[in-house]
Amino acid sequence: MRRLLDARGRPALLWAGIAAIVLALVLLPFALAMIGTTWVRIANIAVLYVLLALGLNIVVGFAGLLDLGYIAFYAVGAYCYALLASPHFDIHLPFWVILPIGAALAAFFGVLLGAPTLKLRGDYLAIVTLGFGEIVRIFLNNLSQPVNITRGPQGIAQIDPFRLGPIDFSRTDTVLGLTVSGPMKYYWLLLAVLVVVIVVNVRLQDSRIGRAWEAVREDEIAARAMGINTTHVKLLAFAMGASFGGIAGGMFAAMQSFISPESFVLVESIMVVAMVVLGGMGNIWGVMLGAVLLSFVPEVLRWTVAPAQEALFGRQLIEPEVIRMLLFGLALVLVMLFRPAGLLPSQVRKRELDWREEPGALRA
Amino acid sequence: MTLLEARALEVHYGGIRAVRGIDLDVGEGELVCLIGANGAGKSSTLRAICGLVARSGRIRYAGEDIGATPAFELPRKGLVMVPEGRGIFPRLTVEENLAMGAYARTDPGIADDLERQYAMFPRLAERRRQTAGTLSGGEQQMLAIARALMARPRLLLLDEPSMGLAPMLVAKIFDIVREIARQGVTILLVEQNARLALEIAHRGYVMESGAIALSGEARALLADPRVREAYLGEGAG
Repeated sequence: MRRLLDARGRPALLWAGIAAIVLALVLLPFALAMIGTTWVRIANIAVLYVLLALGLNIVVGFAGLLDLGYIAFYAVGAYCYALLASPHFDIHLPFWVILPIGAALAAFFGVLLGAPTLKLRGDYLAIVTLGFGEIVRIFLNNLSQPVNITRGPQGIAQIDPFRLGPIDFSRTDTVLGLTVSGPMKYYWLLLAVLVVVIVVNVRLQDSRIGRAWEAVREDEIAARAMGINTTHVKLLAFAMGASFGGIAGGMFAAMQSFISPESFVLVESIMVVAMVVLGGMGNIWGVMLGAVLLSFVPEVLRWTVAPAQEALFGRQLIEPEVIRMLLFGLALVLVMLFRPAGLLPSQVRKRELDWREEPGALRA
Repeated sequence: MTLLEARALEVHYGGIRAVRGIDLDVGEGELVCLIGANGAGKSSTLRAICGLVARSGRIRYAGEDIGATPAFELPRKGLVMVPEGRGIFPRLTVEENLAMGAYARTDPGIADDLERQYAMFPRLAERRRQTAGTLSGGEQQMLAIARALMARPRLLLLDEPSMGLAPMLVAKIFDIVREIARQGVTILLVEQNARLALEIAHRGYVMESGAIALSGEARALLADPRVREAYLGEGAG
């Protein structure tokens, strides 16, 4: 498969391939809209998850720091947008002003989480980050008194949609006879943001910082002996990962026009971790694949499980929701059994799992 | 000229005093060894010099007080350590490990130095695309030393390079250490294998329960009956 995908030495083919993929992705919402606008929304959520998975991949995949509270940064970004662009405080800033603020605020929270956990690793770090995620959610739930900031469990409604000049992202327009709905516009916007995020990620991985993350992940003491400021490097991983989460959160708030703490529960964090692990920790493309699969498959199952039961047994034997989670869990177990390093493992992860099986790998 | 000078160096782990106010000097161009039994405080001394553990006392390197310098700054000053247990990056290739050694450098000579390491360690050249975790113990030790050399050390600190190696490999590693010293790198060697360490060193320090028990010319220490009895397995019986 690798040989098939190897387009080195054939740049024309590579570019043609990229162009075809981009074109397919750009035209995708038209196809999805034919099945129903719901599917465009599902695609949008999938892209948001891809953004989240890419952000978490920096922390987990590159720097090797397990973060089970990642959704907190998504929440920070979402609430930042909601508070600065809604009738709640009657502030209505444009989105390109809020998104950087949301990213910066999320990065700040990333450092806030990173600083006290610098000496922790593995399980201990996971527990603390899990707690952090819950703390943020509980704060959002309770910051309605004495000063009403977040409106608590009621959430914030009527959040401003994105506006680009005269284009309102919440309305349906007709361009050249084509119906362009709000979710479709958001899809393209998300796609554009995604491209930027991918470029940043690829550049990061090959940079000096990327190498420093690699060293910290492998052996922290040795990394320090190599002259790497491990404190800075780890905090940077937390901050950068968080800022991507913050951006995704801001877009989520604008797209949904309503957010509440319920969207930022622990299961969401676990889901993003599952996407990263399933797709292939440390591999940008693998992580994206994991995110797309894990956000689409449950939806597909949602729409097929009930009709399938009707057709097979004539009635609903098992609640569709139960079956959905069952199949979902089964799929995860199977992937971990047959592709333990993820669907598209990073080179480094693959090596780790390979060398244990090499006959010459016995330690002298 | 003294390159490294430690005075009244102390290391505490909670209530335990691992290093009890020792004085230690390493002159420019010297190969000095620090020997002693397990738990004598040798590795703690080394870690204290590198800023990897909290310490008190005075440490001067190249005329500069490094008592408060964080560990990651030291390679830039030419003080490089090979950590205990080698500390290689197991999932990276040999070449990637070596490149990581030059992380603190920005000069253009890195590629040349890489070839220099391969010339010195042909085993590593053969295995440059192999992951470091698949190397044998001796090869991993060579890689750890070569990686440290990639940082162009002025003072190289070696923490028990013979640990867990077969006698033949130990001899080979010591040949390498001697060769590095001959090339002009100052070395402080922490070692449990007292005989081999004293045979290649100029001077030696013997550590016992956190303090320096003996010190002097390596040759004199090798002949010292106290050393022979306690560390070379000879004597009264």
